Amino acid sequence: MNIPSPNDTRVPTFYETPSPKNMRGIWSWLITYDHKRIGLMYMWAILGWFTLGIVLGILMRVELLQPGGKFVDSQTYNAFFTLHGVIMVFLFIIPGIPAIFGNFIMPMQIGAEDVFFPKINLLSYWLYVLGGILAIVSLFAGGGMPDTGWTFYVPFSTKTHTNVSMATFAAFTLGMSSILTGVNFVTTIHRMRPANMGWKQIPLFTWSLYATAWVQILATPVVGMTLLLIILERAFGIGLFDPSKGGDPVLYQHLFWMYSHPAVYIMVLPAMGVVSDIIPVFARKAIFGYKAIVASSLGIAIAGSLVWAHHMYTSSMSDAAVFLFSFLTFVVAVPSAVKVFNWLATLQGGSIVMAPPLAMCLVFIVLFSVGGLTGLVLGSAGTDVHVHDTAFVVAHFHFVMFGGVGVAFLAALYYWWPKMFGRMYQFKPAYWGLGIFFVGFNLHYVTMFMLGLQGMPRRYYTYVPRFATGNFFAGIAGVVMVLGLAIILWNLIRSLRSPVTAPNNPWGSTTLEWQTQSPPPLENFTKEPVVPNYPYDFPEKPDDIVRV
Amino acid sequence: MNSPTPVQQVDQAFYFIFGVSGVILLGIIIALIYFVVRYSRKRNPIPSRTRGNVWLEIIWTVVPLTIAMFMFYLGWQSYLGLRDVPENAMAVKVTAQTFQWVFEYPSGKVSDGLLMVPKGKPIRLNISSSDTLHSLFIPAFRVKVDAIPGRQTYAWFYPDEVGTYEIFCAVFCGNGHADMTAKLRILPEEEFNEWIQNKKDADDDW
Repeated sequence: MNIPSPNDTRVPTFYETPSPKNMRGIWSWLITYDHKRIGLMYMWAILGWFTLGIVLGILMRVELLQPGGKFVDSQTYNAFFTLHGVIMVFLFIIPGIPAIFGNFIMPMQIGAEDVFFPKINLLSYWLYVLGGILAIVSLFAGGGMPDTGWTFYVPFSTKTHTNVSMATFAAFTLGMSSILTGVNFVTTIHRMRPANMGWKQIPLFTWSLYATAWVQILATPVVGMTLLLIILERAFGIGLFDPSKGGDPVLYQHLFWMYSHPAVYIMVLPAMGVVSDIIPVFARKAIFGYKAIVASSLGIAIAGSLVWAHHMYTSSMSDAAVFLFSFLTFVVAVPSAVKVFNWLATLQGGSIVMAPPLAMCLVFIVLFSVGGLTGLVLGSAGTDVHVHDTAFVVAHFHFVMFGGVGVAFLAALYYWWPKMFGRMYQFKPAYWGLGIFFVGFNLHYVTMFMLGLQGMPRRYYTYVPRFATGNFFAGIAGVVMVLGLAIILWNLIRSLRSPVTAPNNPWGSTTLEWQTQSPPPLENFTKEPVVPNYPYDFPEKPDDIVRV
Repeated sequence: MNSPTPVQQVDQAFYFIFGVSGVILLGIIIALIYFVVRYSRKRNPIPSRTRGNVWLEIIWTVVPLTIAMFMFYLGWQSYLGLRDVPENAMAVKVTAQTFQWVFEYPSGKVSDGLLMVPKGKPIRLNISSSDTLHSLFIPAFRVKVDAIPGRQTYAWFYPDEVGTYEIFCAVFCGNGHADMTAKLRILPEEEFNEWIQNKKDADDDW
């Protein structure tokens, strides 16, 4: 990693001050207690996994360019989508924003010098790495690459000869990492704030992490237990999910989604927090409805835990259960809509300066809205029966997860990059990359919406001839999308070669992390940060932002 | 039939949800572009000091909730249409097995990969699986139900047009998942009777 050179007027940055103090070289990173170094280690690991996940996604699109499985056989394709799902869900999106920015930025946002449990934080990181290594080992050890999809549905997952046990254990380990991060963040936010930062002075990004952390703590143990049950079933045939022994495969689906639907909110809430922090800065205007946004975050965290079985309308669940879960799903749609309206109202009347982080937030709003609105089709019982388990569902959650959370992740990178690395980047390539990404993304996934409506099931390595045009087109659009993404990421990486000249507060932000220098010193602040009475109070005549 | 068929009901729910969603999305995009252009630094150097408005929050909570409840109702009604089997329906037993569909008629006749039904007679499908999870999906009739070992599930449809339709497996079931297809063929009643009375068990040989 490049270590920024010190500037004359600056105190040494955390790059120059290891913690613990006696650590040198690579060890000053690998066993550090510093939340910022841990955040950066997460960042490189997560970006690595993200890249691998994208490569797998492109390989799937290559296979689907034409019917007949001409590129790889079905066994390999099944491994592709299983890996793509496991990597993107457990190794990229769930940890993405909380592990990188929650670690690096959140303690600074509340004026703290670190998280409450720095050593547990390091343990979370290494559990994350261990989970990733196990996932890789599972590909090459045992009976071959796991081929169940990231959902590990029984009885298939208990019968297939591939190495499902190790892959589920990898996901279990990643779950432990996630729980520990959640415990750490809840404690940090409760215990480490300065006396004059009450609950109404907490920035919305930190609020969103707080709501997320509770879901991580409460929901993740359920999937942990469920995944262990799969391993027990495979190893000892305990029969919990096996009807011939009195078990029930549908029970597994309930247990799985009881976590994995709240997990959607573990992914989405931090993204909403990022957007809620960035939009006011570039609109130079207070966030519209601070309390409504906090309340909707908590509302989503609670109501989102009660809708899991909307993944199971066709699974022989009783009609009464379908009624209830469909109803609750429409209720949980409302707080997300409230947030979108609040973001729009924040822009209204502002004094808007365009910059890449804001442009990405605008793209987030559009793509996330499409994801949310198409979710209504899936929440509605009669329509869901038709599009359930088709390309429509795949397109829907990619709009939410990739167009929503993924783009908010990019916005967070672009917003906090100067703070993390002390470097500014060029704006123009970012806009180009984002534009190309936006076009490719829509052409790719809107095509998949149409394929799904026409009846193309998901997880198909081949298809009937009438889906050929759509799949070919989606494949080309997918490549355009990835090209845009590559430009966006390359533009950031390239900036690491430029000198460390970013000012402390290039965007004119009002939250505490911008009161310290970029990059910050060890323990973050050289003098006590000033906590404003309201976290988004901008000057009457706002300054311009800093550009390169 | 005078009342709408389940397919029509489901499609109406689709049209309504897509229509309303399209209007909402368009509104969001127009507002977004308008605000970014109208309230740029150049056009609006002094930002407003507003921090929120309780009435607006209430309105944009209650209005979406009302729309959502209406969508929920339509979706639920169309779901009932898919579940409510007419009493005169002909029952066909469907067994899913890795990787094929087997159909068994009341007469005892068995057919692999081919579901033959007479036009104009509601069909009830009693579905189960002999190994792992599968899901019977007939896109043309908006029908999809999981096939579960140890459980029986059902679906029904009204074959109103003579023709051939696709049947897919929708829950991932292994290597042959994408090849686990079958044909649904709707015949005029006389032809169907002729076929069903032919003692030979049918294959995909029509």
